[in-house]
Amino acid sequence: MISKEVIRRVARIARIDLREEEIKNFTKQIQEVLNAFRTLNKVDTHDVEPSFQPIRIENVWRKDKVKAWKWDPLSNTKHKENHYFKGPRAV
Amino acid sequence: METKEYLEGVKEGWICVEDELVKLFAKIKKVQEKYSPFITINEDQNPKKLNKGLVFGLPISVKDNICTKGLRTTAGSKILHNYIPPFDAFVTKVLKDEGGLIIGKTAMDEFGHGTFSTNCAFCVPKNPWDTRRSCGGSSGGAACLTIALDFPHIALAESTGGSISCPASFTGTVGITPTYGRVSRWGLISYANSLDKIGVIGKCVYDVAFLLSIIAGYDEMDSTSLDLNKEDYTSYLVNEVKGMKIGVPREYLGEGVDERIKKTVWSGIKMLETLGAEVEECQLPHTDIALPSYYIIAMAETSTNLAKFCGIRYGLESRIMKEGFNEYFTKVRTRGFGEETKRRIILGTYARMTGYRNRYYLKAMKARTLVIEDFKRAFKKYDVLIAPTMPILPPKFSEIEALEPVQVYMLDILTVPPNLAGIPMISIPCGFIQGLPVGMHVMADHLEEKNILRVAYTFEQNTKYHERMPVGV
Repeated sequence: MISKEVIRRVARIARIDLREEEIKNFTKQIQEVLNAFRTLNKVDTHDVEPSFQPIRIENVWRKDKVKAWKWDPLSNTKHKENHYFKGPRAV
Repeated sequence: METKEYLEGVKEGWICVEDELVKLFAKIKKVQEKYSPFITINEDQNPKKLNKGLVFGLPISVKDNICTKGLRTTAGSKILHNYIPPFDAFVTKVLKDEGGLIIGKTAMDEFGHGTFSTNCAFCVPKNPWDTRRSCGGSSGGAACLTIALDFPHIALAESTGGSISCPASFTGTVGITPTYGRVSRWGLISYANSLDKIGVIGKCVYDVAFLLSIIAGYDEMDSTSLDLNKEDYTSYLVNEVKGMKIGVPREYLGEGVDERIKKTVWSGIKMLETLGAEVEECQLPHTDIALPSYYIIAMAETSTNLAKFCGIRYGLESRIMKEGFNEYFTKVRTRGFGEETKRRIILGTYARMTGYRNRYYLKAMKARTLVIEDFKRAFKKYDVLIAPTMPILPPKFSEIEALEPVQVYMLDILTVPPNLAGIPMISIPCGFIQGLPVGMHVMADHLEEKNILRVAYTFEQNTKYHERMPVGV
C-alpha cells in the first residue's frame, strides 16, 4: 500500500509541492495504477536481459572536437549576468 | 488538390505560393476558430526566401514539442509558455532546407502525457467529425489539422506510446510511426527518450511516405539515430499484396475492444485476403505485460527528462528571492506543470527510488525484452500484423472527464506494445461507425517500413476511405 507520506516524500524529491487535496487524489490514483500493473509480476524475468533501448545500440562515438555554439544559450532567460546564468543561492 | 500535384504546380510555376498563402491563412483561421488545432500559428512567411527543394512551398505543421528556431515551442506546457528555441530540430531544419512552409505549431497533451489532447495547457483540439469528441492524443492538433484543412498539408507528429496512431485513428487520417532511431530526435523535447519517435500524419499513404523519405536519416547529434542508407519510401507504394503474409494477433481482438470496431477491422483484413494476401490468426502472449512495462519506463524516463525544467535557463521564470535552489525550483515546477504531468513525474520518481527500482523499473525493462521477442517470433512468419488501432471510437469530452487515470492508460492497450518494441506502424482509416472513423493498425518488424506502406497503400487504393471528409469542414 502506498501512503500519503510516501507520496509526500516522492513529491519532495521531484521538487513539486502538492496541496493536501492533490496528495489525497494522487495516493489513491497511483495505488490504482500500481495495482493494475501487478500483471508484470506474473512473468518470470529471471534470465531475461533488460532492453534499455528497443534496438540494441553499442558504443556510439563521435570525434572529440570542440565546436562553438551557433546560438546564444542565454537568449531565453532574464536570469543572467556577464554571459553566465544566474541562479538562486546554493548555500 | 493532392500534395503531389500541388508541389508540381509550384515547381512548374502554375501555382504561385504568394497567392496561395492568402487563401491558406484564411482557411487556417477558420479551422482554428472551429477546431483549435494550433497552439501557435506562424503567419510570418516570406515565400521569396524559400529554398526550391523537395517540399518547396508545401504547408507543414509541426507538433509543438519539436523545436522551431525563432518560433515559440511549448510542448503543450505552461512551463515552456514563452520558450523561443534558438535552434531548429533536425527534422525542422531538413524541411526548411527543402523549402517547406512551417505554418504553425500543433496542440498536444503536455509533454505527450495523454491520450486525448485534453492535457494541453493552451487549447484542446476538437474532432472535426463531431466537435463534442476528442481528436485523440497526444498529437491531436496534428491529426485535427490534417483532416480539417482543405489545402495540401502534411503534419510532423511524434509518438511515445501511440501518440501518432491514436489521433490518426480518431480523425480518419494516416499516421506513420517509423522504427525507433529512423528519424533523429535532436531538437525534440523528450517525453521518454528510449521510446520517442518522430513521424508523420497526412491525408493519404503517399503523403506520409513522401515526408518520411525526407526526414529519415542519420544524425550524429542523436546517439540513438540509426546509420542507414536513405530510402525513397514512395517507391514501396504498389497496389499489390498477393502472397504477403498477414498475422492477426488474437490478444488485440479480445475483451475491451468495441465489437463494431472488431467487425470493421476484420472486414478490412478480409478485403486484403481477397486481394491475395494470406491471413492467419496468431498469438503475442506477452501483450498483457506491455502496458505496465511501457508506463513504468515512460514515467521513469519522463521524471528524469523533466528534471531540467527549473525556471532558470528558459521557460517559466519567477523572481529569485532569498530562497535556495530547491525552494526556487519547487516554486516554478509546481506552477508550471499540469496535473497529469505531475502525476507521471511522481509515479516515475517512485519507480526509480531505492528499494523499488528492481521491482518496477528493471522489471519493466526485462518485460520489454519479452514483448520484443514476441514480435520477432511473429515476424519470422508474417510480413505484417494487423489489428484495430484503438479499442474505442473517439470519445466525448464529457466521457473523458469521468475517466480515472488508470482507465485512460488502459485505452492505449493496442498502441503501446509496438511502440514499446520500437517497430514501425501505420494507422489508416478502414471504415466508419455512426459517422466516426475507425483506424486499422498495420505493424512490421524493425526497419520493414516497406511492408506496412505496401499493405496500407493497397488497402487505400481499393477502399478510398481516406477521401471521405467531415461535413462542415
